[in-house]
Amino acid sequence: MFLELTEHDDALLRGEGTRAEQLAMRIVTKIAEVMGARRLLDVTGAHIDGCLYHGRAGLDFAERLVAGGGRVAIPTTLNVTSLDALHPDLYRGDQETARLATRLKACYEAMGCRPTWTCAPYQLPERPRFGEHIAWAESNAIVFANSVLGARTHRYGDFMDIAAAITGRAPAAGLHLTENRRGAVLFVLKEVPNELLGSDVLFPVLGHLIGRRSGDQVPVIEGLSAGASEDQLKALGAAAASSGSVALFHAIGITPEAPTRHEAFQDTEPDEVVLVTPALLRAARDELTTAGGVSLDAVCLGTPHASLDEIEHLVALLADRRVHPGIEFFMSTSRAVLQCAQERGWVEVLEAAGVQPVADTCTYLIPTLGPRRGVVMTNSGKWAFYAPSNLGVGVIFGSTEECVASAIAGEVRRDDRLWLGS
Amino acid sequence: MTVSGSVLDGRPLLTGAASGRLLVLDEPLSLWGGLDPESGVVVDRRHPQFGVNVGGRILAMPFGRGSSSASSVLAEAIRLATAPAGILLRRVDEIVVLGALVAAELYGVVCPVLVLVDTDYRELHTNADVEIHVDGRVIVRLVALG
Repeated sequence: MFLELTEHDDALLRGEGTRAEQLAMRIVTKIAEVMGARRLLDVTGAHIDGCLYHGRAGLDFAERLVAGGGRVAIPTTLNVTSLDALHPDLYRGDQETARLATRLKACYEAMGCRPTWTCAPYQLPERPRFGEHIAWAESNAIVFANSVLGARTHRYGDFMDIAAAITGRAPAAGLHLTENRRGAVLFVLKEVPNELLGSDVLFPVLGHLIGRRSGDQVPVIEGLSAGASEDQLKALGAAAASSGSVALFHAIGITPEAPTRHEAFQDTEPDEVVLVTPALLRAARDELTTAGGVSLDAVCLGTPHASLDEIEHLVALLADRRVHPGIEFFMSTSRAVLQCAQERGWVEVLEAAGVQPVADTCTYLIPTLGPRRGVVMTNSGKWAFYAPSNLGVGVIFGSTEECVASAIAGEVRRDDRLWLGS
Repeated sequence: MTVSGSVLDGRPLLTGAASGRLLVLDEPLSLWGGLDPESGVVVDRRHPQFGVNVGGRILAMPFGRGSSSASSVLAEAIRLATAPAGILLRRVDEIVVLGALVAAELYGVVCPVLVLVDTDYRELHTNADVEIHVDGRVIVRLVALG
């Protein structure tokens, strides 16, 4: 397959720009070739995951770009890091790692990226529009941008994100192309009780199930209530992108590329149909829990980063009650959303109730922030999926309501009635 | 001891030569959260190969899973010499290629990444001896004692 480059692409590749542009274009063209692209296309924005410190390799790469004159060519936001700059006392890791992680952050800021430090860039005021080509990394952000906003990004990883931001170019392939956005697997909700259909807790569970069942195929969901909120779709996508490689889903009658089943499947038949029964949902819900018993040490909400609506809901659920003194309660969000919550007086309310806000980072990433052992309850499919390996904790998955009730009681409180329907 | 072998025709996504004992993963693995780059050990407790060391092996997996941080983890494992010697995929996975590509740019160490067609991929069995050649040939030798 021959990759056709513009004069500008070619000039960068030959080294007529900066050394950083040359390296970035080498990466973009190599990935284009791997994806079978025939040309590159312009992207209007990027979201960078490479700013999260995973070791020297990521830092060596960023420092090489900075040394080579690297600057982003398009508006670029930054994903979470391993440090909470607003609550530095929460960090319990070693100082050397913190120093290297800080150097990595500085590299990406030096290249002109916005210090947003959030895994939910779609909750910032300026977000991509329908049909816009972007280059986003961070699996939950990718699936939200594609599915809920109808923007177009392929599933980009660390290094490619900044390479696209520096060149403003991405392969015309993968999910940038209409034909690859066709639904493949149809998930039909069958005999799911109305009460469960209307609950927030359905969405991460359904996402987990769909991710498991569809791998990297595009799933289509039929039977969700038309009023599904962005926060519910966020939870669904994040879980599906953790248990599988889902980068785009369609929900018929809800997401913008799927007003009808025909449009979701681009006038073709599904490759496979999966009936989602209450029994399957119950099994998926159980899979997200690794711990038994009622003993509880911590609660973690805000994965992906909590929206303002979710914080408002949490404040209402707490209803002036206090978290049990034996429970650590963390709620992660972006510094931008935290600022808005602060202006409304909610942060003060949360802190008085014993909830620790976390910004810029997330509690499942590393054992140096947030819970380190014991049993942790979460309302997030993504948190439940990654935390047992990353932190070595036991996890109990529950609704936001169950998490709050448990935090106040000091032990696990779950209401199984929702899941026992026929 | 009997030796039987076959020559498979891989499509190189990142060209290079490597050899080692084959490790076939029964399920896709998210390298981030699933592989510890310090040790090269699979740390995803839900994964069937939990606890297995991938260092120096030829790793076969259908495709990666989940997080876009997988590229960083693979690059870091290559830097620390805990990574697989080479990777065989059933489907193109750019995130895996990115990790190997950037490690090659930074450290000059090449971990070749190839895609095999389904019929060839299904022939792969853990512990076979594998040689990956720069032209994309994958030589698989099954070594049976007895």
